Amino acid sequence: MKALVEIFYKDSVFDPQGNTICQSLQRLGFRRVKDVRIGKVVQLELDTDGQSPADAKKDVENMCEKLLANPVIESYTLQLEGK
Amino acid sequence: MKAAVITFPGSNCDDDTVFTLQHTLELEVDRLWHKDAKDLGEYTLVVVPGGFSYGDYLRCGAVASHSPIMGSVKQYADNGGLTLGICNGFQVLCESGLLPGALVRNIGTNFICRDVSLRVSSTNNPWTNQLKVGDELVLPIAHSEGRYIVDEQVYSAMKEKDQIVLSYAANPNGSLFDIAGVCNESKNVFGLMPHPERASDLRTRHGMGIWQSFLNWSAQAR
Repeated sequence: MKALVEIFYKDSVFDPQGNTICQSLQRLGFRRVKDVRIGKVVQLELDTDGQSPADAKKDVENMCEKLLANPVIESYTLQLEGK
Repeated sequence: MKAAVITFPGSNCDDDTVFTLQHTLELEVDRLWHKDAKDLGEYTLVVVPGGFSYGDYLRCGAVASHSPIMGSVKQYADNGGLTLGICNGFQVLCESGLLPGALVRNIGTNFICRDVSLRVSSTNNPWTNQLKVGDELVLPIAHSEGRYIVDEQVYSAMKEKDQIVLSYAANPNGSLFDIAGVCNESKNVFGLMPHPERASDLRTRHGMGIWQSFLNWSAQAR
């Protein structure tokens, strides 16, 4: 099974990279761009033999809380794919 | 008195820190490799130095905070051991939960490498007790992820407990409330983005206030 974790700064934390890219896009003429946030994607390959999808999800959530995301500054979403 | 300086793969201020502790403070210093977890009870000071531990992968300090030696540091700090994190070391201490808050990308995206003016915000701790509130220190910073973030509730509690130790006189990186250095509730763990070890020689002695405070505190504790 594959897990895909997306991590972003929380909305309350200013994202200077996103802001810079937003300004660059606007300068290139893409005036409809209102805001840009840059985040990270982590792709995990999991051995889920004998494990329920719910338990697999719980595992990945634990990984996020422990290492992949810092709850002080970041929020994450996760998706599980395949078997 | 014996001090320990930890080296992770990617640390690059460990030599400067060892030099200052050995030659300026005349302390005996052990260098500890990140893989060598051990009891740190024999040390009066443990320093997590600056640099780019583990290439800053994932987040600054995130991987280092789970390395074997950090288990020892947590134990040492929980027992009241004096623990200092400088720059990347500050990021490691925040990531490991020994200090509140987190450090994120500077506003303006630049890596900033220059001297900055700081104000001492509190002195009832092992790190600034030889200084006065409002004193100015000029210390070098060198970071691109030094913007201190903490939620307002935690900040209020920190302020009440005198945990804000150093503040920027002119905020260079967008740190919340101009914060440059904080300590934990019991004051034995201190992290700061500026580099006192780079300002402790005859030319620039502003880092000495911090080292002298530590020496004074340790002498009294004995």
